[in-house]
Amino acid sequence: MVEPKPRHAPLPPVTTESVTARILLISAALLFLGLFLILPVVVVFVEALRKGLLVYLQTFGDPDAQSAIRLTLMVAGISVPLNVLFGLAASWAIAKFEFRGKSLLITLIDLPFSISPVVSGLIYVLLFGAAGTFGPWFKAHGMQIIFALPGIVLATVFVTFPFVARELIPLMEEQGNTDEEAALTLGAGGLRAFLTVTLPNIRWGLLYGVLLCNARAMGEFGAVSVVSGHIRGLTDTMPLHVEILYNEYNFTAAFAMASLLTLLALITLAAKTLLELRYGEALARTTRV
Amino acid sequence: MHIRVIDIAKDFGRTGALRGVSLDVRDGELLALLGPSGSGKTTLLRVIAGLEAPSTGQVFFGEEDATTVPVQKRRIGFVFQNYALFKHMTVRDNIAYGLRVRRRSEQPSTSEIIKRADDLLDLVQLSDIGSRYPRQLSGGQQQRVALARALAVEPRVLLLDEPFGALDARVRKDLRRWLRDLHDRTGHTTVFVTHDQEEALELADRVAILNAGKIEQIGSPDDIYDHPASAFVMSFVGDTSSIPIQSDGIGLLHDGQPFEAICHGSCRGSGKLFVRPHDVTIAEASPGRLPGTVVNVHRTARGHRAQILVGNAGVIIEATVDMAKPQVIGERVGLQIQNARVFGD
Amino acid sequence: MRFKQPSALPGFAFALGYTVLYLGIIVLLPLAALVATAAGMGLRGILAVATEPRVLAALRVSFGLAFAAALVDCGFGLLIAWVLTRYRFPGRKLLDAAVDLPFALPTAVAGIALATLYAPNGWIGGVLGEAGFRIAFTPSGIFIALVFVALPFTVRTVQPLIAEIDRSVEEVSATLGASRWQTVRYIILPMLAPALLTGFALAFARSVSEYGSVIFIAGNIPYVSEIAPVLIVIKLEEFNYPGATAIAVIMLGISFVVLLAINAIQAWSRRRLGHG
Repeated sequence: MVEPKPRHAPLPPVTTESVTARILLISAALLFLGLFLILPVVVVFVEALRKGLLVYLQTFGDPDAQSAIRLTLMVAGISVPLNVLFGLAASWAIAKFEFRGKSLLITLIDLPFSISPVVSGLIYVLLFGAAGTFGPWFKAHGMQIIFALPGIVLATVFVTFPFVARELIPLMEEQGNTDEEAALTLGAGGLRAFLTVTLPNIRWGLLYGVLLCNARAMGEFGAVSVVSGHIRGLTDTMPLHVEILYNEYNFTAAFAMASLLTLLALITLAAKTLLELRYGEALARTTRV
Repeated sequence: MHIRVIDIAKDFGRTGALRGVSLDVRDGELLALLGPSGSGKTTLLRVIAGLEAPSTGQVFFGEEDATTVPVQKRRIGFVFQNYALFKHMTVRDNIAYGLRVRRRSEQPSTSEIIKRADDLLDLVQLSDIGSRYPRQLSGGQQQRVALARALAVEPRVLLLDEPFGALDARVRKDLRRWLRDLHDRTGHTTVFVTHDQEEALELADRVAILNAGKIEQIGSPDDIYDHPASAFVMSFVGDTSSIPIQSDGIGLLHDGQPFEAICHGSCRGSGKLFVRPHDVTIAEASPGRLPGTVVNVHRTARGHRAQILVGNAGVIIEATVDMAKPQVIGERVGLQIQNARVFGD
Repeated sequence: MRFKQPSALPGFAFALGYTVLYLGIIVLLPLAALVATAAGMGLRGILAVATEPRVLAALRVSFGLAFAAALVDCGFGLLIAWVLTRYRFPGRKLLDAAVDLPFALPTAVAGIALATLYAPNGWIGGVLGEAGFRIAFTPSGIFIALVFVALPFTVRTVQPLIAEIDRSVEEVSATLGASRWQTVRYIILPMLAPALLTGFALAFARSVSEYGSVIFIAGNIPYVSEIAPVLIVIKLEEFNYPGATAIAVIMLGISFVVLLAINAIQAWSRRRLGHG
């Protein structure tokens, strides 16, 4: 009988690469991510603070900057609630009922993702622009759509309305109808069932969708650029103002404005990650791209 | 190929740990590793395969110390419960895979590889499906392909991890017979893991019973069933009833009441008395027989059984019932016990 | 079959009505305007615009660079997804979140950051400039911006598949004698191919339509570094609605064909292999 040997070196694990390979791959991935993704974010803040904190803060004292911020907040403040309403209505209809034409509806909801932002703006110009279908009618009635707030809101709504719906539809489908049906058998009315049963069930998915919708609404550039006319102090959102400042070679101010938007993006990412970690079960299993 | 496992220990910090296991697998035998989940049987199989490294101990393939040999070089065949077929390859390519990943110099020619794959398809009786994809096959067919794939590399030993666990009961039964037949024809040393005692008893030349990381007993199916070495083995394999007993130096007592029983070996000692239902005869109550009350008569797959409540502590003994003279619920009876075993605490 | 299955839940008419109304005003009406304008030009008119040399050049730039960038993103996306899913190392969770940066960051911000980074006096642009490479104001700049923008699409499409790989398949391959590299090459990569294809399609679609991240670094030099969306904006500023529409329609058409082709490949692979 052979003496059992003392602990010996373990065999390499079968389902993974050698240590050398792993180190190489991790380093390559880190290098790529650092260079391509992290560095640009770092640049924003470095350039914004290049002339010191004072100059950075002074950027936001500029009246045009302030009106840009105001406009962005207003646009988001209108678009996001509208899209939440839409998302709730659409997901209620799609997830809780069976009807013909459902997949057509879903395709329409996914449409903005396949269209270039510039084209998203273009279609509204075609509709409401000076040479567009309804443009002259609105002009005759003293209403300005393109080159004014309504146009910006419309374009923003177009590119952001899918976010809430796309998050809620699979979530509500996963949750099924049983909770609401139970509420109905207990005597609750439709609205009551919705408010007291459905909403609480979907609250984390809703928050998630609102976060993404808001981030995109505040940061949208291409579509808004086409419809806004770039009128300083009037129809400049924050991203457009960044462009104006940059094109005037006012780099520090441009990056200062950009830093606000970057902070928003970072906060959105952090909130998103937190939601996924804590409430992953309560969110829909979709590809979020 | 004769396999020797010497004092293998493996810790995970969870279930599945092995604590000092030694085992000899004889050349050409079909050995079953049987035990409940968490007993370490799959871990032991994977240690033999080289998919896990033991913390201590050795594995010998014949005279060769294979303990530190990586799995790729051990020349084993492994079959998983979920088949693990390569879904993007045809059946033939699956089977040929092991031959194609060899070094150029050791590879047979392309035509030879195809021929071997087809021969194996004939062996597992799936001759026509070489060009199909795994998803087009039934579970039983997929498992046979997995077996053929393992056999293609001419393994020194075949290792099967609950090979029929994912299949329907009917298919399982058919494949069991088929596997035994295949083994008899090819003669590969084979070790398979199962938690199904019927499967182990039906298929294996020898059975090793594992419990909590240790081997409780190794022997032929008859040995295990008729001469269990411990309470665990007796309870795990075959139906058993048990009753706590004390000894007063003269005979057996339960709850202070003396009774008689015929045991293997001596009926002495305290602990528990174990007996199988077919070794319990229900008779009229009389001194010397273990008294009890019939609480239930029911049908099982093996005929009718009665459950008799004995003593005051809620102990139930199961006995086979002669349906010519069925028992009535509530009837007071006396039990004649033979072939019992006493295992201490 | 009736229009809607009966259900105990109320509110269908209202919800659907609101949804359809909203979609009608926001989506269908503007799209109708697009289609009407395009129809007004007729196929001949559209092709006439398409064959303008400047337009052709812009389409070449847009689609060509989008293709290249999507390819690169597939390669690196696979690497990053693999590393993030299969390995454990400090900071892994943070990096996983960082992959979504291009998705979360406003395109204009990304645009000026990349332009500054790769400008001749920028951190990277300066270093590469010494070595004789110019990035900003060349197609290379556009390429870099597109690689940035589309990365999350490849990573996030492949990641779930990597996480789902059945380890027993890798183990079986090892028991059959395959080296780790052989297992990766013959077993793992083919299993991931469908997801990579989908990731490529998504990355390509995104890159083709990208505007804000690109216009700052590109320089927008006609025939050299001018992308199709920029031409659309220029035509709009000239009030050349038909011209702008034509380019938009062509872009949509080409993208549609490419995506159709990719869908067909995926359907074929799904049929053959039972997954996709």
